[in-house]
Amino acid sequence: MKFDAQDCLLVEKNKLTPTIYDFRLRNAELAGITRPGQFAHLLVPGKTLRRPISICDVQGDIIRLVFEIRGEGTKILAETEVGQTINMICPLGNGFDIPKDKKIVFVGGGIGVPPMLYSAKNAGEGSVVINGFRDKSAVILTEDFRNTGCRLIETTDNGSYGIHGFVTAPLEEVIDDCDMVCACGPTPMLRNIAKAAAEHGKECFVSLEQRMACGIGACLGCAVGINRADGSFTYKHVCKDGPVFNAKEVAW
Amino acid sequence: MADLSVNIAGVEFNNPIIAASGTIGFGHEYGELYPLSVFGGISCKGTTLKERPGNPPPRIAETPMGMLNAVGLQNPGVEHFINVELPWLKKQNTVVIANAAGSTQDDYCEICEILSDSDVDMIELNISCPNVKEGGAQFGTSPESVEKITSAVRRHCTKPLIIKLSPNVADIAAVARAAEGAGADAVSLINTLTGMRIDINTRRPIIKNVTGGMSGPAVFPVAVRMVYQVKKAVKIPVIGLGGISTWQDAVEMIMAGADAIQIGTVLFTDPYAPLKISEGLHGYLDTHNIPSVRELTATVEV
Repeated sequence: MKFDAQDCLLVEKNKLTPTIYDFRLRNAELAGITRPGQFAHLLVPGKTLRRPISICDVQGDIIRLVFEIRGEGTKILAETEVGQTINMICPLGNGFDIPKDKKIVFVGGGIGVPPMLYSAKNAGEGSVVINGFRDKSAVILTEDFRNTGCRLIETTDNGSYGIHGFVTAPLEEVIDDCDMVCACGPTPMLRNIAKAAAEHGKECFVSLEQRMACGIGACLGCAVGINRADGSFTYKHVCKDGPVFNAKEVAW
Repeated sequence: MADLSVNIAGVEFNNPIIAASGTIGFGHEYGELYPLSVFGGISCKGTTLKERPGNPPPRIAETPMGMLNAVGLQNPGVEHFINVELPWLKKQNTVVIANAAGSTQDDYCEICEILSDSDVDMIELNISCPNVKEGGAQFGTSPESVEKITSAVRRHCTKPLIIKLSPNVADIAAVARAAEGAGADAVSLINTLTGMRIDINTRRPIIKNVTGGMSGPAVFPVAVRMVYQVKKAVKIPVIGLGGISTWQDAVEMIMAGADAIQIGTVLFTDPYAPLKISEGLHGYLDTHNIPSVRELTATVEV
């Protein structure tokens, strides 16, 4: 079984900020086959389209999802109570390939931070996590990332917490000591990270998002522009070919 | 158990539930969840003579009880379909329907000629894709244009030919009659309704293509009405689709006049929908002592 649509029991629910929720859902079968960087596609009562949420972590039979209320769908999801179930198609997408013998810089921006946790937990010695947030009130998962064993650097755009500025400044300082970069966050941030990685000759993998329908690669809705090696242009799809792409093939 | 098999234009279907074109690709993904034989047939992703990259994203927007899409006929081209996808599909114990699209009458004739030499069981002519400027929608907008394209294609098509009708017309019954008169073996309806959403914060359309095809439960009553009108207008089989999401919807669509149905958008909400619809259809027929689903078609009492 590659993936399945199953009910998952919400066993723990925490509010990390006024708009960010931390759900722990129990489903041994799906948790057992979920890898870092993959995502789950959540059924929203009353909505036609599911909502793709990246996997934050897996612990035993628990799948952890940390998501932000962005609109009506995620607002309904946030209202799910402990003891209720959420139907999820999981695990979906390719995820991050995390070689144990490589030093990796993980860069997360805003709600792009949670998907890096499961990856960072599986990273080798000397790996670094750089998490960037809008301001102090948006900072999440600090303790969780400290516990990964990776060196943790946190930034805020306005300097109200951690290093003042964007994630790209600390990235410039650590990138030469690392072998590859994995990133998730807003597109302008990812574009800048991809540029920095290319300048330093490092492999860079980015997790992308796009408005999505089926979630499994059938409908071709969630297109992302790709430059093929032969110079031609095509569209790949976030749900099946991604969400993780080699930054050098993305048509930014 | 009641008999769910149907015969559309001489082709036997194990059940009347067909996967709608564009929602299931070439079957591989949903085939991870269950055997594709849960579908009586599969209408494959709209295919053109040459590979098409499709439209720039975003291609998807949600609507109340539905969605818009503007995928733009992204497909690998008919050669790839026949050489790579079709051999696998033919082993799945389900009717394989090729969905043929194009920009010109010559395109349609050529692709139907190529597909007629392949192992596909039927051809569904997509003259109603609203998302591509040259996606054939101009052929589907009037009885005259439908008559013209259907009779031209008919001369090149030796497979059973289904004409997929656009709801974006003044008189759907007249369009269906035109298709029948020009040699169509069946009609399927409705394709999507052209719609639009705007992001009020950016003042920009959500879909990059500006407009998209609307599908999902919201369009269901429109589809039921059109299938009802078309069934009264033609003698050829009618395949009903548009927003079917439950077995009750399936029963309703069949009562309105559908000889078979297609389901699409509901797969995105619940990938297991075809199994539930099939089970519900069985239950309904058994409960009402109706031996065959064929006896349910067009039984609405007006």
